[in-house]
Amino acid sequence: MRRVDSYLVGTGFLLTGFLLTQVDVRRSLEATEARRQRVGELVQQLQLSDLALFTEARYTRHLSQADLHSAFQDHPLALDHFPSGSLALPPLRLERP
Amino acid sequence: MTSWWRRQRYLIDFTLASLWRHKGKNLGLLLVYSLMVFLLASVMLFTQSLRREAELLLQGAPEISLQRLVAGRHELMPAAYLDSVAGIRGVTAPMGRLWGYYYDPAVRANYTLMVPPEASLSRGEISIGAGIARARSLNPGDYLSLRSSQGQAMTWRVRDLLPAEAELVSLDLMLLAEEDFREFFGIAPGFYTDLVLRVRHPREVRTVAEKIGKRLPDTRPVLREEILRTYDALFSWREGILFLLLMGALLAFAILAWDRASGLSAAEKREIGILKAIGWETSDVIQMKFWEGAVISLTAFLLGYLFAYGHVFYGGALIFAPVLKGWAVLYPDFYPQPLVDALPLATLFFFTVFPYAAANIIPIWRVATMDPDRVMR
Repeated sequence: MRRVDSYLVGTGFLLTGFLLTQVDVRRSLEATEARRQRVGELVQQLQLSDLALFTEARYTRHLSQADLHSAFQDHPLALDHFPSGSLALPPLRLERP
Repeated sequence: MTSWWRRQRYLIDFTLASLWRHKGKNLGLLLVYSLMVFLLASVMLFTQSLRREAELLLQGAPEISLQRLVAGRHELMPAAYLDSVAGIRGVTAPMGRLWGYYYDPAVRANYTLMVPPEASLSRGEISIGAGIARARSLNPGDYLSLRSSQGQAMTWRVRDLLPAEAELVSLDLMLLAEEDFREFFGIAPGFYTDLVLRVRHPREVRTVAEKIGKRLPDTRPVLREEILRTYDALFSWREGILFLLLMGALLAFAILAWDRASGLSAAEKREIGILKAIGWETSDVIQMKFWEGAVISLTAFLLGYLFAYGHVFYGGALIFAPVLKGWAVLYPDFYPQPLVDALPLATLFFFTVFPYAAANIIPIWRVATMDPDRVMR
């Protein structure tokens, strides 16, 4: 087999893998639709407002419900020291004039 | 067409032979290139998937939640506010929510205690999220004791666990009866943590929020669209931070790739001179170099992307997990759902494949148009 043929076969495999990921996305969207609906119903039933992504600090647990100066909420010089504080965005309303 | 393709095949074959002559250098470059694409694609796939998940799950969040603020801090909401809100036209189903945080020193984790809107739990019973069950090794029928605000231990029997598939929203939840909640936190009857309400017509949400602001000036309404925007912004922000962290590596790679692609060595110049002397045309040399760039960058893109896909959707995004967990004891044990949007993928392709291919061609074009005799000297 010539080099070019081996290369084309290898690239063909990689491209097939690429296309398979697209098929996988379709398949998974259909397969998880029911699960997503059930979780959505739980959200509605319990009136939940946030994802449980960061449970370490109260102002990152419920990002949409955190108060206005949460980074300084314990005392005026209490700088944010939780790692998730650097990953979560400051409340959007603080950016408004 | 056939003759064109045959010609390209010969060119690719020649290019591969030329790359193979410096295999150590080129395989190293391919590895670093693939790693770069892998990191960028992982960040992109991970945040995209989380963003979509948040968008879909939080569609059911309350349309408006209303908090009372005193001196900039959350304050309990008197039940009288409910009547005041109920009187506003367009408002349906206003109700008070009871929820709060509890730090459990035994496992150093924060729980969210909440009273479910429908009184489904009797006193002494709780439903808990999968995270609490894992942290305290609890199963239905087991008992959980926590110290109340008055310092007394209160004990509950675990009635059931919240579904594990809902971990992303219910991981740290502990649902309990209203009387238990009030006793545990010492909250008098007639007070709630906050209020939630629905609005009859979605277009009226902002107007209702404005009316509430006028009627109850010490409150702050949080709209569902704001919640959704918060999460959208959160993931964009995090994606930005991760990209920023990767920027140093990205620049180092750009310098390496540019140097590799644009700085022609004397040997390469001589090779081009010889090719031209034996009858290759300038366009042939440029096409050959185009294939050289394309072979490396396309292979690196496909390899990097495929590994990133496996890492994020089937490997639990191992690289990002420690960053996201922070100091949290409870962390959702979930696998992001496979999701790939065409536009970011095309952007990634464009920014990783094209610059390298272009950096390869430009210097070659300069050399290839020169006289072979001059190049070889």
